[in-house]
Amino acid sequence: MIESLGTPPVADHAKAPTWRHRHLLDVDQLDHAEIERCLGLAIEMRSLRDRGERLDLLRSQIVGLAFAEASTRTRVSFEVAAAALGAQVVDLPIEASSVTKGESLIDTLRTLERTGVGTIVLRHAASGAPYLAARSVGARVVNAGDGTHAHPTQALLDALTLRDALGTLEGKRVAIVGDIGHSRVARSNIHLLTALGATVRLVGPPAWVRGFEDWPGVSISHELEEGLRDADAVMALRVQLERDAGGGVPTLREYTARWGLDEERMALAARDAPLLHPGPTNEGVEITPELAASPRSLIGRQVSNGVAVRMAVLALLAS
Amino acid sequence: MSAFGRVTDAPASFVLVGARIVDPSLGTDAVGDLAVVAGRLVDPAAAPTDLPRLVGAGLLAMPALCDLHAHLREPGDGRTETIESGSRAAAHGGYATVCAMPNTDPPLDERARVALVVDLARDAACRVRVVAAATRGREGERMTEVGELIPLHIVGISDDGAAVASARVARGILAYLAPLDLPLIEHAEEPSLAVGAVMRSGRTATRLGLSGWPGSAELSMVERDIGLAKETGGWVHLTHLSTAAALEAVRRARARGTRVTCDVTPHHLALTDAWVAGDRGFAWEEPTGAVADPFRTPLDPELAYDSACRVNPPLPTREDALALLEGVADGTIDAIATDHAPHPRERKAVEFAAAAPGMIGLETALSVGLAAVEAGRLTLPDLVVAMATRPAALIGEERSLSPGALADLAVVDPQARWCVEPDALASSSTNTPLLGMELPGVVRLTVASGRITYRDGLDSAR
Repeated sequence: MIESLGTPPVADHAKAPTWRHRHLLDVDQLDHAEIERCLGLAIEMRSLRDRGERLDLLRSQIVGLAFAEASTRTRVSFEVAAAALGAQVVDLPIEASSVTKGESLIDTLRTLERTGVGTIVLRHAASGAPYLAARSVGARVVNAGDGTHAHPTQALLDALTLRDALGTLEGKRVAIVGDIGHSRVARSNIHLLTALGATVRLVGPPAWVRGFEDWPGVSISHELEEGLRDADAVMALRVQLERDAGGGVPTLREYTARWGLDEERMALAARDAPLLHPGPTNEGVEITPELAASPRSLIGRQVSNGVAVRMAVLALLAS
Repeated sequence: MSAFGRVTDAPASFVLVGARIVDPSLGTDAVGDLAVVAGRLVDPAAAPTDLPRLVGAGLLAMPALCDLHAHLREPGDGRTETIESGSRAAAHGGYATVCAMPNTDPPLDERARVALVVDLARDAACRVRVVAAATRGREGERMTEVGELIPLHIVGISDDGAAVASARVARGILAYLAPLDLPLIEHAEEPSLAVGAVMRSGRTATRLGLSGWPGSAELSMVERDIGLAKETGGWVHLTHLSTAAALEAVRRARARGTRVTCDVTPHHLALTDAWVAGDRGFAWEEPTGAVADPFRTPLDPELAYDSACRVNPPLPTREDALALLEGVADGTIDAIATDHAPHPRERKAVEFAAAAPGMIGLETALSVGLAAVEAGRLTLPDLVVAMATRPAALIGEERSLSPGALADLAVVDPQARWCVEPDALASSSTNTPLLGMELPGVVRLTVASGRITYRDGLDSAR
C-alpha cells in the first residue's frame, strides 16, 4: 500500500526497525531516536496532507475514541488523524465517573474491545488511567490526557511547533507559565523539551509550581518578569477557572495582574520568541486577546500540527 | 503440609528441640529446648519423656506476635474477610492476638455489636480483641458508651479511617478515658489537609500528577493529640505513624512524660512512595531508579499506578521510612502493627485515585520485619519486642516463654523464603503490592492460648 503512494520518506518509515511500543502512555517511554522518528514522521504526514494525499495505513482498523472528560480539539484531532490514515473511527461511551454506574473502566473497555477496536484513544480525569487500561485490555492504548499526569501527543505537537519556529530546541530556554502542578501538558512538555536539549522555566504562584524544584533541567520562578526574561519561547497554560481562592491564588484577577501574559510583558522574552497555548484559551485571564492574535502566537499552528503528530503516533503504534 | 487449629482445640503438648529461642521479656537469645504440656510452658528438663519431639534446629522460637491494628471486616460483606479467615491469616503470620478495628459495617459502636464479634471470635484461629468505635456511628460527635464495653475486654476506642476531627470531642474522650487506662487510638490526620490526597506529597507525587498528602496532615493532628493528652492526663495511642516529623513530636512528648504511645506498619517501614511509580525496592536498599531520580526514570507500564500501593496514610518517603525504622530500634515506636486492610478485587481494579486505600499485612508482616533484620536495620530482639512483647503489654497480655506461662509462641524458619501469591494466603483478599515477591521467613508453628493454631512441615525428632 505504502509503495503505491510514491512517497519515499513514508516508505523509509515502513523499512525502519519495528516500533517497540504497543502503547503511547507518556513521552518518557520514548528514547531520543524514537522521539526523532515520531517528529520526522509527523513532518511527512503534514506534507502529505498539504498535498491532499490520503494514506490507508490503518485501513480495516478500528480506532475507538474513549473520552471520559470533555475535550473538543484533542478528540477531533485524533478523529481526523485516524480517518486520514484510513481507519474507521468510533466513539466509545465512557462515563466520566464509571464507578458510580457500577461498571469499572476495565469492564467497559474490555466490552468495547470485543467489537474489534484495535486502538483505544483514552482521555480520563484520573492520573494513571491509561496505564490501568493498557494492563487490562489487548488493544493498543494512546493516552490523550490523563488527569494531571501526561498528555504525550500535546507535548509532541508542541515540540514540532517549537522546532518549526526555532530550528532546534538544543540549548533553548522555554518558559511555561501557569498552574504547572495541575497540568498534564506541562509534565509531558518538561519530559520532552529537556530530552530535546532545552531548559524549562516554570513560572507561577508558589502553590502552582511547587514540587518541581528537583526536576533536572528545570528552574522555578515566582515572578513573571524574571521567568520571561530572555526566554526563547513561552508556553501559557489554561487556567482552570475554578482554581481561585484557596487553590493557590487569592483571585483570578490577581493571577491575571501578576502572571497574565500581554504583549508588553512578552517583550521581555527573546526577540520574536514564539508563544504557545494548548487551548482553549481564557482570553483576558492567562493571555490577552491581542497577544493570542499577534504574530508571535503559534496557537493555530499547534492545532494543525496536532493532526500530523497524531497521524504519526497512530501509524507507528500500528507498525 | 500446613494445617490450622483453633484457640478452642485441645491444649498442645510437645517439645521443640534445639531452636534459637528469643524472648525479650527474659532477655534471652540462645539455642535450647521449649516444652509445652497441656498448653503451658514447662521446664524442658522436667518435661515428661514421652512428649512428641519436634526438630527445632535452624528455627527461631519467639513469643507469638500481637497485632494492635487489623481490619477483619466482620460484620461486613462476608467475602472480603471474616473473623474466621482473618484469624487464620493471623495464625499463618505467627500471631496469637489480633485487635479488630471497629470500622465494620455496621461499626462496632455499641455493646451488642462488640459482643457479636467477641462471640464470633470464640473459636477463631487466634485471640481477637476489639477496638470499639470512639464515637457513635464513627461520626465524630457523640462518644461511645465505653463503660459497658469494658467487660468485653476492649483494648481502646478509635474512629480509625479518620481522626476524631473535633478537638473538643477528642479532648472530652481523653478526659473520660484517663481513669480507665484505655487509649484513644488515633488515626492522626488533619482532614482539611488530607482532602483529595491519594499519595504522599513529594517528588514522586509531582512526577505522577497525583494529589499529594503533606506530612503536616499527620504532624498537626499528632501535635494536637499530644497537647490534649498532656492537658487531660488521658492516654493517646497514635496508630500507623508515617512521618519522621510526627515521630519526633512523639519522642519529645514522651520525654516530657505525656501518655502517648504509637505504632507503625510494616509497609511504612519497608515500602516507599516510589512504589506508586513502580519501584519495588525496600527503603533500606541503595536508591536506584524511581527512588534516586523519580523525574527521569521512565514509568514501568506494568507497575506504575498500581492501586495495591494506595494506602492511608500513604507510603512514606524513603527518608521517613528510615527514620521510622530508627524509631523502632530506639524504642520510641512501641509496636509494629499491620493495619491489615483487605479489599475485594473490584475495589482495587480501578484507577489509582478511585481505589480503596489499604493493604493486607498479617501474613507478610513478620517476613518484612525479618527482611529489615537481614538488612541490618533492626536486631532480632528489636523486632520481637515491637511485634510481640510490647504490643501485648499495651493491651494487658503477657508474652513470656518462661515455665508456667500459657504458651503463646511462634516458630519461624528465618532461612526459608516464600513467594507471596494468592494460594499462599489464608486471607480472603490478596491486595498487597508484595504479591509476586519472595520474602524471608516461613512460619512453621503458631501456638495461641496453648493451642496449635497453625503448623507447617515441622519434622518429628527421634
